[in-house]
Parts: sequence; C-alpha cells; structure tokens
Amino acid sequence: MTLRNSLIWVALALAIAVPIIAAAQSPLLQWRDPIYIIAGFSGVLALALLLVQPLMILEALPGAPGRRIHVWTGVGLVLAVAVHVAGLWITSPPDVVDVLLFRSPTPFAVWGVVAMWAVFIAAFLAAVRKRIGLRLWRLAHSVAVTVIITGTVVHAWLVEGAMEVFTKGALCLMVLGAGAYALRQRRVWRMFR
Amino acid sequence: MAPSAKTRRSVITTAGAALLIGASGLSIPARAQSFAPTPTMRGGANNYRPGAPIVERIGNGGFWTIGTVRRAGDGAPLPGRRIQVWAHTTEGHERDERSHGATLTDINGVFRIEMPQIVPAFGQPHGHLAYDANYDDGGFETVFLRPVMARASDTELHVEFVLQPL
Repeated sequence: MTLRNSLIWVALALAIAVPIIAAAQSPLLQWRDPIYIIAGFSGVLALALLLVQPLMILEALPGAPGRRIHVWTGVGLVLAVAVHVAGLWITSPPDVVDVLLFRSPTPFAVWGVVAMWAVFIAAFLAAVRKRIGLRLWRLAHSVAVTVIITGTVVHAWLVEGAMEVFTKGALCLMVLGAGAYALRQRRVWRMFR
Repeated sequence: MAPSAKTRRSVITTAGAALLIGASGLSIPARAQSFAPTPTMRGGANNYRPGAPIVERIGNGGFWTIGTVRRAGDGAPLPGRRIQVWAHTTEGHERDERSHGATLTDINGVFRIEMPQIVPAFGQPHGHLAYDANYDDGGFETVFLRPVMARASDTELHVEFVLQPL
C-alpha cells in the first residue's frame, strides 16, 4: 500500500474516531444509565456510517471491495438505528412513542424518525433490488439516501446531547459533502433523459 | 373638491382607527379576561408519577424551579395548590421515583422547589411540571408543562401556571 493510500484510510478512520472520542468525553454521560449511553452512541455511529457508505459505493478507498462493504455497512446502519431507538425506548418509553407518532414537542425528532424510515426503505429496496428492476432500484435507493442524509444531519445537529459541537459539525459537513458527491457521480437522473 | 373630501375622510378614518386601536390596547391590561389559561404542552405528562409526595426538596438540591399559580380570568393567586416537578437531573433519570417531588403554593400563589441540576436529556435541557386536579381539592383543570431551559447551565427554571376553573 502506498503512502497516499494509507493516508486515505487514516483520514477516514480519524473522521469517524475523533467525533466518537470527543462524545465519549461528554460530562452528560456520568448522569446516564448504560442503556441510554449505548442508545446515544448508536446514533453517533449511524451518523459516522453515513460517511462510509458513499465512499464505499464509489470504490473510493484503495484496496477495499467497496460495493461489498457498502452492503455490510448498510446492514450495520440498520442495526445502529434499531439499537438507537430501542435504547431510547427503554430509557423513556413515552418520549419515544411520541416521536414515532409524530407528536413529540422536540423539533429534531421528526427529522430523525423520517430518516429512520428512509433507512429501512433503502435497506428493503436493496434486499429486493433484483425483483424491482434497475431503474426503479437506482432511483428509489437514491431518493431514500437523500432523505437519510438530510434527515440525519438536521436531527444530529439540533440535538443537544453528548456530541461535541465542533466535531459534530465537521462530521455532518463531511457526510453532506460525501453524500452529495456520490449522488452526483452516480448520475441516477441520466437514466431518465 | 373630490380629492380634499377623500383626504378628510381618510384622515377621519385613520384617526378613528387609531383611537379604536389605542382604546382597545389600553383596555387589555385592565380587563379581567387577560389571564388566559395555560394549555398543556406536548409531552408534558411523560414519565409523570401520580401522587408523588410533597417533599422539602428533591435529592440534594442546587437547582430551583420557581413559579406562580393563578386563576384564569382575573389572575388571582391560588394558594395551597399542589405542583409536581420532575426532570432528568444529575441524580437520576426522569422515570426514577427519586427524580419526582411535589410542593404547595404559598399565600401568594408562589411555589419554589429545590432539586438537583437539570441536565440535557432526549436532546434538550427541560423540566416537567404538573397540576393534577385528582391530587388537589379540585376546581381547576389538570395541566402538564414541559418547559425547555434557555441554557443547560441555567440553575433556575421559572414557570407560570394559569388554571382554568372547571
């Protein structure tokens, strides 16, 4: 592996690790039960995986079977979202019920729940992609991804939680940038000309 | 003549409107109906514990939740009203029994309850308060509030209740 290739991997590892390490220093953690902490960090991990996904589908990381990793990272994203919601549910059931029924008083909740459904839809589409045809698969998965990225970034940004504000902002910007770049490179709209 | 008549009419209309607005504006503070009842907030009742005991303070204290309880309409202070307070604090989660406590308003309708520092939970630093008609001598509708603190570093939370007579 060349120096340049190594640096690309190190950069990705840092982009993910630094916000997680910063969140792990949050004073809020000392006043939270383990299940609440796990729920929160599952959310942070899900945000970080949104940076991995576009880089993998573009085969942008040297030496990695990007498309295959994209599938498994997608499975990890579904699991991270499930743990995030389940852990919050155990911590405060009525708050999560309100969020899922779109009646929560918190402005960020609706962004999160919309992104959650978009994650499930994107994964479901991937599971049935051979049966729905290439055009529908590519279009629908791209639309779902756009909703996931937008919803997740707004959700994460508005939450006052364990994430440190500068590393959260940087990770959000990287997720937005990588996602937009991948959608542009994939040129899904070309199929409809 | 037409332009001047129009001008005079518009002057009278404007002056009349100004007088009306001024008069009604002045009359609002003096009117008894100015105290509108406080509506229950979304999520206000989450993790409520009916009948939480009246306490000297919740846990080890350090944070104050302060407010008034008044009657809708005339705004008369309501003494002896039972207010329950709970939150995610440095000493416990919202659902924990130790995070809840109640207090009574004084002769001026004021309540003050000391509790541990509220910390951000579920994305916002916020408290919960309840006036529950079932744990009072009644006469007013139940209200659940979920005020959000301006800053997580705040060490006080001020809350106003205006209760609707049944």
